[in-house]
Amino acid sequence: MKDISFGSYFPAESFVHKMDARVKILVAIAYMVAVFLVSAFHFLGFAACLLFVIIATAISKVPFMRVLSGIKTIIFFVTFSAVLQLFFNKQGTVVWWVITDVGLINAGFIVARIVLIVLGASLLTLTTSPVELADGIEGLLYPLKWIKFPVHEFALIMSIALRFIPTLIEETDRIIKAQKARGADFESGNVFKRAKALIPVLIPLLIGSFRRADELADAMDSRCYACSKTRTRYKKMKLSFRDLFGVLFVAGLIVGIVFLNKFYLLQGLAQIAGAL
Amino acid sequence: MALLEVKNVSYSYDKATRALKGVTFNVEEGEFVAVIGHNGSGKSTLAKLLNGIYKPSAGEIIVDGFSSADKNSVFEIRKRVGMVFQNPDNQLVASIVEDDIAFGPENLGIPREEIGKRIDFALKAVGMEEFRKSSPTHLSGGQKQRIAIAGVLALKPKILVLDESTAMLDPQGRKEIAEVVETLRKSGVAVIAVTHYMDEAVKADKVLVLDRGVIALSGAPKQVFSQKTALDKLGLELPLSGIIADKLRARGANIPDDIISEEDLLGALWKL
Repeated sequence: MKDISFGSYFPAESFVHKMDARVKILVAIAYMVAVFLVSAFHFLGFAACLLFVIIATAISKVPFMRVLSGIKTIIFFVTFSAVLQLFFNKQGTVVWWVITDVGLINAGFIVARIVLIVLGASLLTLTTSPVELADGIEGLLYPLKWIKFPVHEFALIMSIALRFIPTLIEETDRIIKAQKARGADFESGNVFKRAKALIPVLIPLLIGSFRRADELADAMDSRCYACSKTRTRYKKMKLSFRDLFGVLFVAGLIVGIVFLNKFYLLQGLAQIAGAL
Repeated sequence: MALLEVKNVSYSYDKATRALKGVTFNVEEGEFVAVIGHNGSGKSTLAKLLNGIYKPSAGEIIVDGFSSADKNSVFEIRKRVGMVFQNPDNQLVASIVEDDIAFGPENLGIPREEIGKRIDFALKAVGMEEFRKSSPTHLSGGQKQRIAIAGVLALKPKILVLDESTAMLDPQGRKEIAEVVETLRKSGVAVIAVTHYMDEAVKADKVLVLDRGVIALSGAPKQVFSQKTALDKLGLELPLSGIIADKLRARGANIPDDIISEEDLLGALWKL
């Protein structure tokens, strides 16, 4: 249990891994925007997005199966939304039983959207360690300092949270063993009974966390936290040609999709004009 | 003037009980002082007073000319007095060793290049250079505690306070910390170690024995540990070599009564 990795980081030395975390987050967000830009009833845009993820995955040296396994967690959600569309969409003509052609297209559309977004997000977490992600978010939030948002404190909270996850997992493990040794039963009974059995684990864990927080505060004070008004940063995030490449790549995707949208729109208008 | 002057310091958590009563002592540059005493003797309270986590209820602590009585000097005191606590897990703030060590210098607003040098220096001082990019979760207790010490050393303190820093470590970890303390002393950093391991106290220049908030005994280790009856009364044991020497003496062996270390004991035994 000790070696449990938080998130799903896949360590490797690759072009994508070496990209600046800030840029990677921005590229991921831009990619998701691109997925949302794909307008209804044409799937070529989705194909472009899929190609984007496939190329990025190939460059990142992360096995394709690892990226795909990100879908597992949302499979229920995806099926649920698809089923809703299939059976409750009354638009268009009925193809079979209660299923309409519009419902079918919408279902496919929603599935494609969710799956593509999750693929992008899991590629981001696979190629960026939690620490880098936290640093990246801090870097991106930095301009908020201007409106007095406590960026540094926020970042410190994130990094301490990440730092203590393995420690607290270890402690949970220890408490569970200690309670078992005292005769606690975590395995039998229904869901409620088992949930109730966890109370003697959660309470010591919570109290222990407060104690840890107290000691950590003393240790941080001792290391001169808030001693001086100007705090420096040791870690410097540097932009490189890779980041430029990533931005260009995703920008190309967005331009392509917007163009496709326009093209289809024009085509549709032309059709309507022709019909008139 | 001594580097650290503790002048008649008292501290109480509440009105009824006083944890420390009129404690006075000095620490010089590069000196190694051990503070011993059994549970509730006030030794941890004393440690927390030294860098301003607690403020004396009465009396004064002067570090390198900065007084605890002056409200504005607490940060100056903390820059000079580094503190390492018992549980290494609760002292590390970052998930990567070098980031954690950078935390202190970052707080002081030191420029980036200098922080890099300080990380080199601190890791070298504790002999953990090869772990610079590691995650502390995968290190042993002794190694984690060495990283915690490095994190404090990066602030270049003049005094290092170890508040039972070896209590949670195995013998190997304790040995590692003892070696670090030895190198620090040689580099001129004063070390104040609060401990309940007598064998650690033996290596100090000066031993303070606390009992219910007052200094009951103090002096060089040989002076302190030769007062067996006084220590017995305070509920403290002799170091292992002292115990062996004492038992041999009781059986009629001609062994001097200032035996506190293995070398002393061996020397005395050879002469028999």
